[in-house]
Amino acid sequence: MPLYHNEDQAMLADTARGFIAEEGNIARQLRHWRDRNCKDGFGHGLWKQMAEMGFTGMLVDEADGGLGMGHVEAGIVLEEIGRNLTPSPFLTSSVLAATALKHGSDDLKGRYLPGLIAGDSVFAVAIDETAKHRPSRIATRAEKSGNGFKLSGSKSFVIQGASSDMIVVAARTSGGDEDADGITLFAVPKDASGMSHEVVRLVDSSMATHTRFDAVELDGDAVIGEIDGGRAVLDAMLLAGRVGAAAEGVGVARGAMDMTVDYLKQRKQFGKLIGEFQALQHRASHLYSEVEIARAVTIKAQQLLDAGAPSAELMASVAKAKVAKTARLAVQEGVQMHGGIGMTDEYDIGLYMKRDRALAEFLGDAHFHANRVATLSGY
Amino acid sequence: MADLEAFRSETRAWLEANCPAEMREPVRDESDIYWGGRRATFKNDAQKAWLEACVAKGYTVPSWPKAYGGAGLSPAEAKVLREEMGRIGARPPLSSFGIWMLGPALLHFGTEGQKQRFLNEIARGEIRWCQGYSEPGSGSDLVSLQTFGEDKGESWVVNGQKIWTSYADHADWIFCLVRTDKADKYQGITFMLFDMASEGVTTKPILLISGNSPFCETFFDDVQVPKSYGDDCPAYVGQINRGWDVAKYLLGHEREMISGADGGDRTAGIGAAMKRHAAKLGDDLDPVLRAELAMFDVDALAYTAMGEKFLDEIKVGKAHPAQPNMMKYAGTELNKRRHEMMMAVGGSRALEWESDATEGGKPSRSWLRTKANSIEGGTSEVMLNVIAKRILDLPGA
Repeated sequence: MPLYHNEDQAMLADTARGFIAEEGNIARQLRHWRDRNCKDGFGHGLWKQMAEMGFTGMLVDEADGGLGMGHVEAGIVLEEIGRNLTPSPFLTSSVLAATALKHGSDDLKGRYLPGLIAGDSVFAVAIDETAKHRPSRIATRAEKSGNGFKLSGSKSFVIQGASSDMIVVAARTSGGDEDADGITLFAVPKDASGMSHEVVRLVDSSMATHTRFDAVELDGDAVIGEIDGGRAVLDAMLLAGRVGAAAEGVGVARGAMDMTVDYLKQRKQFGKLIGEFQALQHRASHLYSEVEIARAVTIKAQQLLDAGAPSAELMASVAKAKVAKTARLAVQEGVQMHGGIGMTDEYDIGLYMKRDRALAEFLGDAHFHANRVATLSGY
Repeated sequence: MADLEAFRSETRAWLEANCPAEMREPVRDESDIYWGGRRATFKNDAQKAWLEACVAKGYTVPSWPKAYGGAGLSPAEAKVLREEMGRIGARPPLSSFGIWMLGPALLHFGTEGQKQRFLNEIARGEIRWCQGYSEPGSGSDLVSLQTFGEDKGESWVVNGQKIWTSYADHADWIFCLVRTDKADKYQGITFMLFDMASEGVTTKPILLISGNSPFCETFFDDVQVPKSYGDDCPAYVGQINRGWDVAKYLLGHEREMISGADGGDRTAGIGAAMKRHAAKLGDDLDPVLRAELAMFDVDALAYTAMGEKFLDEIKVGKAHPAQPNMMKYAGTELNKRRHEMMMAVGGSRALEWESDATEGGKPSRSWLRTKANSIEGGTSEVMLNVIAKRILDLPGA
């Protein structure tokens, strides 16, 4: 498959670009909700509009009422979300939770997917238990209890945890904390008793929670996939999420780069446009190269994932790491080249820096994924 | 698509039958590469058989038209051939500046007579070309070149000096930029073709820090270059005084080649191989070195994807015309880093300049050689200038 968008995908990209630039732009969404101290950190109205565009259920199978599209298509939407810093549950709900629910029972799908597709529901995922992403270690436990389970433990960095109708929780049903096996995924409903959220606003104005589960009682049908066999579902969910996060990161990098290059063409110092200075030109050109490369490997990872290729694992980590490094460069160069104005809240470039920091941490930073590239490559 | 799959199985069978086992080993040094030309000799029978099989099939230049010695493959078919050759690790049957650089220029700008005469010879490996671009005072600022061809009616008399002419001492012919009008910097250069055996042409190898001398200084002392080699076969490509157009077109191809965008082992991850190499030396990777290798592999594997995307986009005309500059910049910087990592893993053993263990200092010589990657074919700084000007559209660039 050639590494560019086919005609349908290019059309989707045009549509997504126009729509998100108009409805999801920084003034209309990120600043709007931030300045009102919105408890969700995003707008439900836009989520509903995204449903009307067909975005929310794009990764849901047609048989389940979705569009049955792939990760290239989801990546197209995510890149525009990244470019506009649009706060949205798309990545957690439409990519991560939707991927997990593919492995769920018909009953679970029937309960949750219609709400997602309609843009009425928001889902979160609870994976990490420490400050860094360590999905190999799951200590949160679910004990068998009657027909169901009792869930105990805590999760951190649950994006939109308090705003979600359902949280996908990875818990241990057997074995030790570091074991690969013995994991089970649960769809934990919003109103489950015994669940408490410490809500925190993050640097990028997104809302996350530290969520505690104190003997939360779950029915047996809250299980997604197989009991004790959840690692495969978790891995599939993480893979989709990482490729999705890479796509969003490409958007962040491109957004920051475009803003910076535009600035170089406007700002005058020493009687010249600063874009005339070779020192800055070279840095901008280097940045351009890195962004193009990051984008290429992200599309590669999307295509491999859609094709079900085993190498998707490796390429997803390459993409996540490369994008993390590149978006970091883009936002740092962006703020630096903007000079003092780049440090002001009034100007948008700093918002890219904040978003990059949060997004890069989500599902593993560049170090985590470079380490994974080494491990998967056999060294 | 079904046709393409049929082509793939045919190609696979053909390669199985025609590519000798010795030609499926990685290229280890210069003697494993066949450059062709009047004075070329084969290293062994396998090298000869492999070339002859490919020549007969048109596979030394698979995408050139059949009339000029190619196989007339579509871009998609050419990609399949590349993939299938890559699958078995087949060596290129023929390496040549004629194939990489002059050929594309002739296909684009050449007359029918020039194509008939030169392309077939190039495809069969019968003629070896060198490139006469750089001069002592004209490196990055190539257009300032001074080698002058004085118009004598039926011919030019060429005087001047070229430098960094790769393998000029082994070449049969040269494609050469010669100033034919001193009044116009850009529109006063002619792209000439002439025989290196012409009277007045001398070459002198340049010894590099790697201890090798792939480059030469080339001197022209009253060299007579006829304006035509016969019917419809002028000695210049394109138009007189408009050689800069040809040179620019060709530089794009050269940059693509140096960038490693066509894949090959220059753009793959190396961490696993480096761990094995360290183990052979009785060592292990330091954690920090392992981390650096991992970060390198991230960049290398990402660049491989970029190379693939770039080639896919070129085929359908989606690539920005200045994109080869970006590929060249990123690819060569990456290759330098690759060799720094390999030296780091090799440790003191890699420093051996003359020993059997290093086959005569291969690691260090290759490491030194790569330092030229970001200089030859346009420096990294020039590439960045081009990106700034033509892609980012920055002011005054």
